[in-house]
Amino acid sequence: MAQKLDYLKESASQTAGPYVHIGCMPNFSGISIYGGDLGTSMKTGQVSGKEIKISGVVYDGVGAPLRDAMIELWQADAAGLYPSANETRGNPDPNFTGFGRSPGDPVTGEFVFETVKPGRVPFRDGRLQAPHATLWIVARGINIGLHTRLYFEDEADANSEDPILTRIEHQNRVPTLLAKKTGEAAYRFDIHLQGPKETIFFDM
Amino acid sequence: MSENSTNGGYIARDWTRQPSAYTPGYKTTVKRSPQAALLSFPTTLSEETSPVFGHGNIGKLDNDLIHNFAKPGESAIGPRIIVYGRVLDETGRPVPGALLEFWQANAGGRYRHAKEGYIAPLDPNFGGCGRMITDENGSYEFRTIQPGPYPWPNGMNDWRPAHIHFSIFGHGFSQRLITQMYFEGDPLIPLCPIVRVLNDQRAIDDLTAPLDMNRTLPMDARAYKFDIVLRGRRQTYFENRKERL
Repeated sequence: MAQKLDYLKESASQTAGPYVHIGCMPNFSGISIYGGDLGTSMKTGQVSGKEIKISGVVYDGVGAPLRDAMIELWQADAAGLYPSANETRGNPDPNFTGFGRSPGDPVTGEFVFETVKPGRVPFRDGRLQAPHATLWIVARGINIGLHTRLYFEDEADANSEDPILTRIEHQNRVPTLLAKKTGEAAYRFDIHLQGPKETIFFDM
Repeated sequence: MSENSTNGGYIARDWTRQPSAYTPGYKTTVKRSPQAALLSFPTTLSEETSPVFGHGNIGKLDNDLIHNFAKPGESAIGPRIIVYGRVLDETGRPVPGALLEFWQANAGGRYRHAKEGYIAPLDPNFGGCGRMITDENGSYEFRTIQPGPYPWPNGMNDWRPAHIHFSIFGHGFSQRLITQMYFEGDPLIPLCPIVRVLNDQRAIDDLTAPLDMNRTLPMDARAYKFDIVLRGRRQTYFENRKERL
């Protein structure tokens, strides 16, 4: 017998279930408390950069929209800085939280984020990543939160040198990570849990 | 910024302790589970940073579910309990400043939700949600009533063991976790299709809170301890080599 490594094990995930909004967006589910839900607004004042709207729907394997999901978004500000305690590269936009939470619409399942176009953030080796946002999707029937990335289809040059996008073996799946431009400041990003258009999900 | 000077990124997730996406005993996963393999990458700044939630976000009663939805002078019905514990990472260090959000059914097993149809009644004094931020030792504590078990549509006669849902933000978005706490001795735990998505009994034990008589408030509330472990950061004095992945 060798010595024991004294690491702990990460607690196991369990589904967020059908009532995740009670805990994470109680006001949305009709419980008036806390003075509002976290993540409903990503702006606390005038923000720097281009303001954009991102919307989409999460679809299951039969093409039905998930109407009980919660989608979280985490991204850098327009200068590529994270509004995080761990950000050591500079001072992020004080009027931008970087964090959004959206419940799917109870009827259509559509989620919406009013945010800014993120700046570029370095990869581990210093190369710049293309502008992107991290998305995390939880719902009934999802045992562990699904982590994906949203890139922008109108950032072709940056996307073509992104250290992650260029490393994806099945390049024909890369478009599942690209938000489509649907207006001057509007993007569409649908998420498919299964099927031929299945979104790429990450283990990072 | 010097390259990777502050950390070696997050330790890879141990998927043997985590549920698969496709677990047909829990039927809803069948059409909600990705079928392609997850794409594995080392964490980047995007996963090593996380939103900041300050105590300014948190109200005085947010960690008191017995009172935070109750009319003045009234309180929620059910067995009074305290739930306490620590948030640690895999290296055993406490995670201070972690935001915990929790939600649960009432003592009869009924959630306060428009889509909930169980015949057990609502408690007018119980909302079912709370939240708090861990202190410098990674500790948290809240007061609530013990939730009841309830039936759910899956098999013909499936019941959820009593449980409290937890959502946790650590210091990096890659630590983001939602899980459930179960109560020691509940005979429904091994029968539950949602518990059984875990195929390692140790993972289930780690989600099961023991009764702690030492922390119990005599003539007031029993106490249950529930520690939560988030992913840890790799530690090294040596610089990472350049990764040309």
